[in-house]
Amino acid sequence: MEGWDPNTKSTLTQIPLLTVKAGPRDGGAWTQRLKEEYKAMIAYTQMNKSNDNDWFRISAANPEGTRWTGKCWYVHNLLKYEFDLQFDIPVTYPATAPEIELPQLDGKTQKMYRGGKICLTVHFKPLWAKNCPRFGIAHALCLGLAPWLAAEVPILVDSGMIKHKDDAASSTET
Amino acid sequence: MEVELKEMLDELESLKGSLPDPPNASIDKLQLHIKRLTDLAKSAPVRRSKLKDMSAEVVDSNPYSRLMALQRMGIVENYERIREYSVAIVGIGGVGSVAAEMLTRCGIGRLLLYDYDKVELANMNRLFFRPEQVGMTKTDAAVQTLQDINPDVVLESYTLNITTVQGFETFMSSLRNKTFRLEKEGSGVDLVLSCVDNYEARMVVNQACNELNQTWMESGVSEDAVSGHIQLLIPGETACFACAPPLVVASGVDERTLKREGVCAASLPTTMGVVAGLLVQNTLKFLLKFGHVSPYLGYNSLKDYFPTMEMRPNPQCSNGACLERQKEYLLAKPARDAAKAKMEAETLSAAEGPLHADNEWNISVVDNSEIDVKAAASSDTLPVGLTRELPSADEYPKLPATGPADMSVDDLEELKKQLEALNAD
Ligand SMILES: [Zn+2]
Repeated sequence: MEGWDPNTKSTLTQIPLLTVKAGPRDGGAWTQRLKEEYKAMIAYTQMNKSNDNDWFRISAANPEGTRWTGKCWYVHNLLKYEFDLQFDIPVTYPATAPEIELPQLDGKTQKMYRGGKICLTVHFKPLWAKNCPRFGIAHALCLGLAPWLAAEVPILVDSGMIKHKDDAASSTET
Repeated sequence: MEVELKEMLDELESLKGSLPDPPNASIDKLQLHIKRLTDLAKSAPVRRSKLKDMSAEVVDSNPYSRLMALQRMGIVENYERIREYSVAIVGIGGVGSVAAEMLTRCGIGRLLLYDYDKVELANMNRLFFRPEQVGMTKTDAAVQTLQDINPDVVLESYTLNITTVQGFETFMSSLRNKTFRLEKEGSGVDLVLSCVDNYEARMVVNQACNELNQTWMESGVSEDAVSGHIQLLIPGETACFACAPPLVVASGVDERTLKREGVCAASLPTTMGVVAGLLVQNTLKFLLKFGHVSPYLGYNSLKDYFPTMEMRPNPQCSNGACLERQKEYLLAKPARDAAKAKMEAETLSAAEGPLHADNEWNISVVDNSEIDVKAAASSDTLPVGLTRELPSADEYPKLPATGPADMSVDDLEELKKQLEALNAD
């Protein structure tokens, strides 16, 4: 795991691995996969809470579990910045990872593709490909979104592209 | 408008004549303005009407004369067949839009265009889209331009994301639809061109084409904008996109020295135009049956190097539909051989008498194209200048089906509740 910070590495190894190789078009096998996804996400959320590093909320936005929405946040200079979070499970999942979107930041940073899809590091896709089908949504959040927020939010705040919600509220009132 | 301007000019002329000397300079000025307006009116856009047949007549009003000349010169046997063909283009970006324009100008029968994105000013470093189209969906903007260029082409625009479950279903059913040419065998399109800019979408095109047994071509430009490639994929016959990790042209720039901070991807209209040109050239050769259709052609712009190679399917491919197509392809081998032998016999008898005794071009009649069907492992040895973009999935021991964690709960609703409970505090 070259190119990852030790923190991400140690967290990742504690998230339960998945076994069922199934995507949203695979019927019953997808339901089995979905159960594993939940188990991994529950374990990851519990781990974050007990490490005092709670940083996202996510839940299925449809009964099939193919679309997910929620929130994620990052603390910079003691202020909490919160963003909407969404993604679809692609039809070729888990061979390909979900493309995580932060729609509120669309157009505000170069490190983003159109539609607010975050631009992952060169290390993400190779690691995902190597670990198919053992990585799931929880791993994508840990390896993809967490490092992205840590790298980009400070830049976005310092460059004035995003404002803390208290500042934003007072400035829009005037 | 031209008529109105002409009348105005005439009236001014008679006004000038009715006025006493000396001649009025402001009237001369007005006449000059009207003359310029008349020229502008003449150059206003004209839409040509649809043409029923492709004429080979060489006149300046025939949009197809130079294309039909290919037939007269013997390059293409029957150029007009292009009007029977349907091509689906997935991704109407820097490569896809240019490919669509080329095929439109060539008089392709029908184009199906897929993209979920909108035109932005940030796209203006590439070809095709115009600043006044900013904000339109790429598919609609493309239809607008292409329809003007060649009204004979049937254009279908699909604004959707093919990677989502719903988008994929629409994608599949649009490819299956045969209303354009009911008698066509297989799907409703002759070729799918993948012009997307990411691995995820390519894997989705691969999935659809494997399921539909649809021949397609892949294209790509590297994120550093200095290399690209095209690839022909025939399900069962050639490697599919999932048979081995994607093959890309090594730019020769050391990854570690490549400064990626602060940017996702670069792009150049030149590299994209070259790749679009290679892609459509291969498409024309494939559809109109001339020349050699390249199975893989790379482009390294820094060294002007064009590596080529061939890839056989992987019998251990992770894609189930690919394995089914491979099986079908092997089963059809006797029929294929028989058809080939018949064709060779026909060409021989048509030639009448002993020919090519000296075999001037060293043509080998031994067909070795199907000998090593299982030689997928040979794809590990790549030609110089090509490299794998991603690693293969690790072999891992199949764990017992008890699930990944030591949680005994195995009810989906119960698991949902557990996560919601965690989300609530
Ligand atoms: Zn395959």
